[in-house]
Amino acid sequence: MLLETRSLDAGYGRFRALFGVDIRVDAGECVAIIGANGAGKSTLMRSIAGVLPNAPDMIRHKGDPIGALSSAAILQRGIAMVPEGRKLFPSLSVEENLLIGGQKRRGSGQWSLDSIYALFPILREKRAVPGTALSGGQQQMVAIGRALMSNPELLLCDEISLGLAPVVIRDIYAALPRIRESGAAVIVVEQDITQALRVADRVYCLMEGRVTLSGTPAELTREAIHSAYFGGHA
Amino acid sequence: MIWLDTIVQGILLGGLYALFATGLSLVFGIMRLVNLAHGDMIVLAAYLILVLVTGLGLSPWLAVLIAAPLMFVLGWLLQRVVLNRVLGPDILPPLLVTFGLSIAIQNALLEGFSADSRRIPNPDLEGASVALGPVTVGVMPVLTFASAVLVIVILNRVIYGTPLGRSFRATSDDPVTAGLMGIEPMKVFAVATGLAMMVVTVAALYLGTRANFDPAIGPARLIYAFQAVIIGGLGSLWGTLAGGVIIGVAQTLGAAVNPEWQILAGHLAFLLVLLVRPRGLFPRARD
Repeated sequence: MLLETRSLDAGYGRFRALFGVDIRVDAGECVAIIGANGAGKSTLMRSIAGVLPNAPDMIRHKGDPIGALSSAAILQRGIAMVPEGRKLFPSLSVEENLLIGGQKRRGSGQWSLDSIYALFPILREKRAVPGTALSGGQQQMVAIGRALMSNPELLLCDEISLGLAPVVIRDIYAALPRIRESGAAVIVVEQDITQALRVADRVYCLMEGRVTLSGTPAELTREAIHSAYFGGHA
Repeated sequence: MIWLDTIVQGILLGGLYALFATGLSLVFGIMRLVNLAHGDMIVLAAYLILVLVTGLGLSPWLAVLIAAPLMFVLGWLLQRVVLNRVLGPDILPPLLVTFGLSIAIQNALLEGFSADSRRIPNPDLEGASVALGPVTVGVMPVLTFASAVLVIVILNRVIYGTPLGRSFRATSDDPVTAGLMGIEPMKVFAVATGLAMMVVTVAALYLGTRANFDPAIGPARLIYAFQAVIIGGLGSLWGTLAGGVIIGVAQTLGAAVNPEWQILAGHLAFLLVLLVRPRGLFPRARD
């Protein structure tokens, strides 16, 4: 077991966004978290990445309690996040955005500027321009590359298809097999159910801060997903 | 020829103001912190150099080399122990804390060194001058200006060409996302303040060798520094140098007309630039 959450409660101030969420990710696995807007998907990602502090025991990595660690300490443990909205650094060029992702890299791994440019060739052409001058899809590639530069064992991808054209989404998801070949486990947070079912080994559906459904894509029927996603009885 | 001479002296004086301002600009650029004790830190560093020179008999240049790392440590500690605790969405706490620090430093220096004005002895170069084409300039003012340029060149190298500088810029853009990159903003801030205090030490050398100083002159240096930063545009170190030069030239021109107008002319130049370019001469694209 690479990562698990145990009865994870999380929120912002008085607002509670997650209620007793249990998820589990094994080494090398691709897990999709689906759910509607406001279901708590991003809160879950931000909790795992250390942006939102939690009780130590609520999140375990390789058996160690990591719920209260800072985001910098989480990265050192091999968990990197592609944040929602991409969040490139506007003062940094494309290449600098990638380099800063690898600045605190742990040990050796296969990701380097060259292998990122091989994964997303367009970035090599654009490497000297400010990250924020790129199109949305290209920015997303930089954000993914930036997270990979730390050689993560677990990559958290928060809404990487949000606001992008279908053809661009296809290009970005085309990189996923190559990322998984590196041995990294991946959590993708998606609103696009079809996309999620296509790439994931296992799926969790969140609704109003609770896990309403989980299983492999083959096990889940359309009706079950519909009901878990929107509530009520489909 | 007298006007040319005046302008050249003003430009060189601008180098001193740029040195006052560069540390302030660096800290504000990275963590949006306005350090109201900046001027007093310059005076504190001047006393440190004075002690090393008079107490140990060192040359002022050697004293700076010793004082600079000490000031780095002081800045680093100040940031880690005090300023990091008050940084946040509210800009008032850092202002209050640095204002209090300003008063504390002034009074501590008053206790330690009395209100007598002092000067860092620099017998070798004090009165030395060189002919620069048609005008004759003091060696120390030329060194002051050259040091300001050198400090800015080095800082820009650090900011735009090193991993540390990348961390500075990323943290300035977005500290939360910088955290996701494994960067600890509070540590980055401590290094930035340490660097700023090294620049302060260089400024202190020229402040202390050029004229007399006493524990109370810090706040006035802070005002010149502020004006230089704002004229130049927040976040641009070359802009800060330009701002220093504008104030320096305005002051010497004002003084040439009437010695009473020196300080006033500098302030008027500042207001004039603000009227024409409210965001300064070289503002960052976004802020």
